[in-house]
Amino acid sequence: MTRISVRVDGASYQDDVEPRTLLVHYLREQLGKVGTVVGCDTSNCGACTVHLDGEAVKSCTVLAVQADGAEVTTIEGVSRGGELHPVQKAFHEMHGLQCGFCTPGMIMASIDLLQDNPDPSDDEVREGIEGNLCRCTGYQNIVRAVQLAAGEMRGAPASDGHVAPAVVDTAAAPHVVGQA
Amino acid sequence: MIPAPFEYARPTTVDEALQAIAAGGEDVKVLAGGQSLIPVMRLRLAAPETVVDLGRVAELRGVREDGDALVIGAMTTHSDVLADPLIQQHAPLIAQATETVADRQVRHRGTFGGALVHADPAGDLPAVALALDAEFVIAGPEGRRTVPARDFFVDYLTTAVGEGELLVEVRVPKLDGQWGMRYEKFNRVAQAWSIVAVAAAVRRENGHIAEARVGLTNMGPTPLRAGAVEAALSGAEATPEAIAAAAAHAAEGTEPSSDLNAQADYRQHLATVLTRRAVTAAAGL
Ligand SMILES: Cc1cc2nc3c(=O)[nH]c(=O)nc-3n(C[C@H](O)[C@H](O)[C@H](O)COP(=O)(O)OP(=O)(O)OC[C@H]3O[C@@H](n4cnc5c(N)ncnc54)[C@H](O)[C@@H]3O)c2cc1C
Ligand code: FES
Ligand code: FES
Repeated sequence: MTRISVRVDGASYQDDVEPRTLLVHYLREQLGKVGTVVGCDTSNCGACTVHLDGEAVKSCTVLAVQADGAEVTTIEGVSRGGELHPVQKAFHEMHGLQCGFCTPGMIMASIDLLQDNPDPSDDEVREGIEGNLCRCTGYQNIVRAVQLAAGEMRGAPASDGHVAPAVVDTAAAPHVVGQA
Repeated sequence: MIPAPFEYARPTTVDEALQAIAAGGEDVKVLAGGQSLIPVMRLRLAAPETVVDLGRVAELRGVREDGDALVIGAMTTHSDVLADPLIQQHAPLIAQATETVADRQVRHRGTFGGALVHADPAGDLPAVALALDAEFVIAGPEGRRTVPARDFFVDYLTTAVGEGELLVEVRVPKLDGQWGMRYEKFNRVAQAWSIVAVAAAVRRENGHIAEARVGLTNMGPTPLRAGAVEAALSGAEATPEAIAAAAAHAAEGTEPSSDLNAQADYRQHLATVLTRRAVTAAAGL
């Protein structure tokens, strides 16, 4: 066992962990932070993305002992006083999710991208979230959500001046249109 | 899955790290960014007795100038390499290739040295280091030694870094002035690993190519220099026709693998196409 101290979503923790414990398992199983999920065994999907000292990382590919002394932010720590983070709000408004499994990681990767590039183009958003896989949405509304959030965080409308969810025309989707 | 149990050491200096490696038993693994090692430990393809984490060895991080060379610490992360003004100025080929590595999460953790010691044939930095004639500074119980890139990559996933040793830093000669550079990579969208890629550096003089260096990614178990292309380009006119004729030699002497991404003959075809594109761009055409 190795003793670690970490700050997670603003609270301090000291715990004994086995060195082989992955950060994602420490967060979920020892701290109960189940908002961060595991989607693969190959470090490809990005569902487990959290911020480690302010930078997006795949928490399935970091040992808990490597986070000793660090500040971790999970999807559970990005809202402020009951108010959703602008990126969370935009995923909701733009219908940037379907099953929602990729969403915690998508949002954490997107927040990280917007810290580096506050006004990304369509292509830059797609490249910025290349480490996050979504099996449901086809990404279109995720890209729109990130651009809407970018505009809101800059205090300006998004660069093309008009962002709306993709038009949905399948028979099964009236509820989707209604929600948008 | 989670890794098998191991002993964990977290040294703060290179000397301490060498001691921890020496004291770690039969099967010791050095942990850099963990972006290749942790996945293979999770799959239990590796189950070291001891893991020596270099994360706190501050002297291994960062980029500095030393006369005609840049010195890149082994533990400098891919994203630190990308943000570094010295790399942008003196070795833009490294920045171009690093930008294509994996994704932003992996680039935040993965390191320059880790990618080179791991020496995956599909990894992007080995061919770049080879094309730039980099030198590798390796520390071991008997002190330090310097190995040129052509002797560093020994075989599939195997480098000159021996048991009990670690890579400290990489010296990259500055290529300033008339050198142009380009990394051209072919990969599937959802997988960043190169199917084939080409690293080119070209020095132009009076409308001619005075000197060219071409490195090939994933055209064999180790990165390769396209010697026949380099010879054909030396002194050639800097025209699209001359470059295409030289690039046609790119696959000479190569024995690439066949796998689910590409057959060997397709890889050889890709090598000629990507070489033409990389050299053309590096020559400023
Ligand atoms: C999803 C995904 C996609 C990727 N895509 C790409 C890609 O497109 N292109 C690419 O080039 N790479 C890619 N990578 C690999 C990435 O670049 C890794 O960062 C790199 O291969 C290993 O670096 P690391 O610092 O994480 O090393 P680690 O995983 O910590 O170590 C790798 C190996 O090198 C040894 N080692 C590390 N540092 C030293 C040292 N200083 N001295 C001695 N031995 C050492 C370790 O013992 C281990 O055997 C990808 C990885 C992932 C997870
Ligand atoms: S669970 Fe971490 S990348 Fe898939
Ligand atoms: S919404 Fe289902 S995986 Fe993205």
